[in-house]
Amino acid sequence: MRAEVPGRLSHKILFTGFFQAGITGFGGILPVARRLIVDERKWLTQAAFNDLFSLCQFMPGANIVNFAFAFGARHRGLSGAAAAVVGLLSAPVCIAMVLGAAYARYGQLPMARHGLVGLAAAAAGLVLGTALKIATQIFTRQTNILLAVAVVALVLLLNLSLPLTMAIILPVALFFAWRHAE
Amino acid sequence: MSLLLQLAGLFGKLSLLAVGGVNSTLPQIARDVVTDHHWLTAAQFSQLFAIANATPGPNLTIATMIGEHMAGVTGGLVATLAIILPAGLLVLVVSKVWDRYRENRWRRIIQAALLPITAGLVLAAAGILIRQADTGVLTALITLVTGGLTWRSRLHPLWLLGGGTLLGLLFV
Repeated sequence: MRAEVPGRLSHKILFTGFFQAGITGFGGILPVARRLIVDERKWLTQAAFNDLFSLCQFMPGANIVNFAFAFGARHRGLSGAAAAVVGLLSAPVCIAMVLGAAYARYGQLPMARHGLVGLAAAAAGLVLGTALKIATQIFTRQTNILLAVAVVALVLLLNLSLPLTMAIILPVALFFAWRHAE
Repeated sequence: MSLLLQLAGLFGKLSLLAVGGVNSTLPQIARDVVTDHHWLTAAQFSQLFAIANATPGPNLTIATMIGEHMAGVTGGLVATLAIILPAGLLVLVVSKVWDRYRENRWRRIIQAALLPITAGLVLAAAGILIRQADTGVLTALITLVTGGLTWRSRLHPLWLLGGGTLLGLLFV
């Protein structure tokens, strides 16, 4: 793994590389980050990228931010992780704050209000489509359908909190996954 | 100060529960921010989420925007750090031992167990956003078409968000 990494990258390169990924990626920046890291800068081979990314998918949190943490730390320790993460997030966070301030000031104007109603409906659709993508990949197994439906029912119908939902569903999910692996 | 602590506590907790990404925590964010604290109305929540999606970068900027809405720039920074740091630090620890456990049987079982939970949570997130954003026939149609296109096509999300906004401007 380590042998495939081309030397140690500097803080500046970590920052600028992830800055570029952060500013160009919309709605899930995995494809952008992959192209940048594997194809353009050749920081990792595809296999090494998949390997590190599988860790970040396994762990909670935003995958790409986790990736920046892990990748930056491999090169320059904690400060490298900080350089990569700050690079990744500085532009998106600044833009979000500017848009948030604009929303607070102009969001109630009639024109903005109409546009925002349509925008919000479209964003709900993005999440719906993403959910369907995930669901159709794993709904080949009946227990997966059962578990996902149970989660939806607990959250939407019974209004259970996320920690409580996890506490109820995770043991069952682990049991099914363990039985399937037997 | 107590507001900043509340923001840090809320998003810090969610950081470690975000299985498969930030979208799976949306039901809980909506519950805390809209239902419990009344920091935002349902419409405001769905609109801020939509703006966060139209922003480049990872969609955790919904936390940034809620933090900023509540406590200005400091609030935005606190919420952002709270949602990335717990998970990020955990990744730093686990990445040191990852090579040893990557092929481990239990690692695979846990990962397989998390998938249907993620699917259910993102479906629930979609349900909540639909409840908040779809107040009429037109908005419901926008959601359905956008959902179908996201699911089945490779159309860039910005086209879909732009299309929704345009339809809103013209017909709402």
